[in-house]
Amino acid sequence: MDLKDLYREVILDHNKSPRLFGRLDPADSAADGHNPLCGDRLHITLRLHGERVSDLRFEGKGCAISVASASLMCEAVKGRKRAEIAHLFHEIHEVLTKHDAPVPEDLGKLAALSGVRDFPVRVKCASLAWHTLNAALERSAEPAKTE
Amino acid sequence: MNTNPTRAILPYDAALVWRDFPLLRREVNGKPLVYLDSAASSQRPASVIAAVDRYETYHHANVHRGVHRLSQEATDLFEHARERVRAFVNAASTREVIFTRGTTESINLVAQSYARPRLQPGDEILLTALEHHANIVPWQIVAGQTGAMVKAAPMDRRGVVSLDDIARSMTERTRIVACAHVSNALGTVLPIAEIVKHAHARGAVVLVDGAQAVPHQRVDIQALNADFYAFSAHKMYGPTGIGALIGRESLLESMPPWQGGGDMILTVSFEKSTFNALPFKFEAGTPNISGAVGMGAAVDYIEKLGIENIHAHEQRLLAIATDKLSRVPGLEIIGTAPDKAAVISFTIEGIHPHDLGTILDAQGVAVRTGHHCAMPVMEFFNVPATARASFACYSRESEIDALVAALAKAREVFS
Repeated sequence: MDLKDLYREVILDHNKSPRLFGRLDPADSAADGHNPLCGDRLHITLRLHGERVSDLRFEGKGCAISVASASLMCEAVKGRKRAEIAHLFHEIHEVLTKHDAPVPEDLGKLAALSGVRDFPVRVKCASLAWHTLNAALERSAEPAKTE
Repeated sequence: MNTNPTRAILPYDAALVWRDFPLLRREVNGKPLVYLDSAASSQRPASVIAAVDRYETYHHANVHRGVHRLSQEATDLFEHARERVRAFVNAASTREVIFTRGTTESINLVAQSYARPRLQPGDEILLTALEHHANIVPWQIVAGQTGAMVKAAPMDRRGVVSLDDIARSMTERTRIVACAHVSNALGTVLPIAEIVKHAHARGAVVLVDGAQAVPHQRVDIQALNADFYAFSAHKMYGPTGIGALIGRESLLESMPPWQGGGDMILTVSFEKSTFNALPFKFEAGTPNISGAVGMGAAVDYIEKLGIENIHAHEQRLLAIATDKLSRVPGLEIIGTAPDKAAVISFTIEGIHPHDLGTILDAQGVAVRTGHHCAMPVMEFFNVPATARASFACYSRESEIDALVAALAKAREVFS
């Protein structure tokens, strides 16, 4: 259990200066995420272009892990197709929860989150942004909301 | 069992007291444990562990039932524990001492058995702004069942709830005042005797959540004159899953049983059952006998050290810790009431409490981080969460220095 493995430079940097922070208005879909244990709150807004998330923003308050994870996620998924995002989500989920899972090379900067798995109580912090994004994507898939 | 507690061993030697608690000797993450989370749950001394072990090993049977020897021994130990708890908080009689699962269950019992049959639509239940969820949610449930309303008396920026705050929040419809004796999140001590006097003059009964008071200061329930007083063993060096409700006998007599089952009845037929006398009327089913034995042993332990000595020791630590933490750059103490228990909630600029908790844990320092089951308090101070260091009879001054050093490390990580 090494703190340096959890709080890597990339994480600290994205916590200090979150990327894609803010709110899109208008947006095609939005969702709120809340982790009651630590009080973390996220709000994600996104725009869709066909199957692609053409743009997205997050705002909210949280611990360094949750803010950095949201920031890294937004950077990673911007411009990607739903199927690609689902694949990334699956990979990051494995990395966060499985102790000996290899870190896939296509994770890029997201690999910085792999240190979280040695701190089981913090996994929820890292996954909050992804669950919130999923909720926003599912909502946008509902017939009533698609254009 | 130690039935002959001797008061006041002076001078107080926290290093000796510390040795009574086997768990505190362990390491966490390769560092000596610095346990500063006693307000969430305190550790148990060897004497409590041994009392429970002795009960389980030699005396266990069901209570109040058999004529056989073991059942008598178990009953004697169980009822002896009740007497120890009664004496500790100076309840008027053991008929007023009901064993429950803890503070939460005690409050739910009062909400359902005392309040629910009495409350009318428009009646008011007055809480305070600093309550633990356990003293909010049971009242919201009974308000939903009866049409009564839940209100909260305000606190000031220091986390103080004064008699005046309570008095101004009371109306002619206030039937129940339910408040903490000591705030778990802020440490604030409330003026219970004055609150009770005022509430009684206006025809309201008072329930006190004493979970954070009983382990840290002398509580005399007859002197406070509270109608109901709830507390838990696991915050006073006893086991989890056991606690007590102290209730005024005349009120308890007038209340229907809360749960039905064995032990709480005199006679049962399929047409009608008659209920047992106090306190058994409120103790349906086989109770947590070993827990009660452990709670009695915890009382013995506290009285051996002397609750006044524990209080003085903790107050000294509170003063030192407040001073040292105030010097940590960016640290803000949340809860600065003049009359406080040894609890310090704080935030550090630029470091989320959850990150702080992880970094302290890596250095063996256990503090609570989060909302402390007091979300309205967090909302009031406009913080998502705080870190909280809390002290107990076994806390040592060196542990404050360990905390301060660990905080410096956290600032280094986030520099």
